[in-house]
Amino acid sequence: MQLQYFLLIAAALFCIGIYGLITSRNAVRVLMSIELMLNAVNLNLMAFSNYLDPQTIKGQIFTIFVITIAAAEAAVGLAIVLAIYRNRDTVDMEQFNLLKW
Amino acid sequence: MNLAEGVQIVSLGVLALMMLGSALGVVLLKNIVYSAFLLGGVFISIAGLYLLLNADFVAFAQVLIYVGAVNVLILFAIMLVNKREDFKVVPRIWIRQVATAAVCFGIFALLGTMVVTTPWAISTEVASGDSSIVRIGLHFFSDFLLPFELASILLLMALVGAIVLARREFLPEEDLTPGETEALTLPERPRELITTGRSDSTIQ
Repeated sequence: MQLQYFLLIAAALFCIGIYGLITSRNAVRVLMSIELMLNAVNLNLMAFSNYLDPQTIKGQIFTIFVITIAAAEAAVGLAIVLAIYRNRDTVDMEQFNLLKW
Repeated sequence: MNLAEGVQIVSLGVLALMMLGSALGVVLLKNIVYSAFLLGGVFISIAGLYLLLNADFVAFAQVLIYVGAVNVLILFAIMLVNKREDFKVVPRIWIRQVATAAVCFGIFALLGTMVVTTPWAISTEVASGDSSIVRIGLHFFSDFLLPFELASILLLMALVGAIVLARREFLPEEDLTPGETEALTLPERPRELITTGRSDSTIQ
C-alpha cells in the first residue's frame, strides 16, 4: 500500500510546482518551481523502481540522469536570467516580452 | 504492524509534511531568500524519502547535487539579481491565480484517482538495498553506456553555455545610486582594466 502514498506525495509536489510556475512574478522563483516539478518526477521514478522493479533498479538510473540534466538546466537557466536582468534591469516575468508575437 | 513498519510510516508522514510545507513556502512566500532556503528543505526531505525507498546512493547524490550545487547556485543568482523592486500591479491578476489553483487541484484529483484505482503489479522480490550501487554501476557501463557518455557531453556544453551567457563583454556606464559606495557594487570588469586601472599602484 505504500506505493500509493509516495505517488500521491509526488503528485501534490508536482501540482505545487505548476502553481508556482504559472503565478510567480520573479524569474528565479520560476526556476525554483521547475526544480520542484523535476523532483516530483524523480520521486515517482524512485517509487516505481522500489516497488515494481526492486532487482534491476532502472528507475534509479533514470533518476540520476534527471538529476544531471536538472543541474545543467539550472546553470543555463540562471545564466539566462542574469543576462536578461542585465539587459532589461528587472526580473519581473510580466515585462519579458521576448519571443512573444 | 511491527515496529519497523510503524517507524517507516511515521517517518514517511513527517518527511511528507516537511516537504509539502516547504514547497508551499517556496511558492507562496514574498521574500525570495526565504524561498531559496526552504527549497533546500524540500531537497533534503526528498533525500529522506529516497532513503525510505532503499536508495542510499541516489539519496546522497540528491543531497550533494541539489542542496550542494543547485541550491547554492540559486542563492548566488538571487544575490546577483537582488534588486529591491516592487513589481507593477497587473489588473485582475487574482483571476489567473484562482484559475491556476483550480487547474492544479483538478490535476491533483485526476492523478490521485488514477493512482488509487490502478492495480499496480507490486513485485514481491527483495529490494536490492545495499547492493544498489553495484547494480547502478553495472547499468552505467553496460546498457546505459551511451546515455552516460552523452550526459558528460551535455554537462560540458551547459558549462560553456552558462559562462558565455553570463559573462559581461563590456564595461557598463553605470552611475552609482546615492547612498551606495563603490565597494558594495559588483566589480565585473575585464581583467586588463583592473590591472592597468586602479591596482597597479598597490602592486608595486
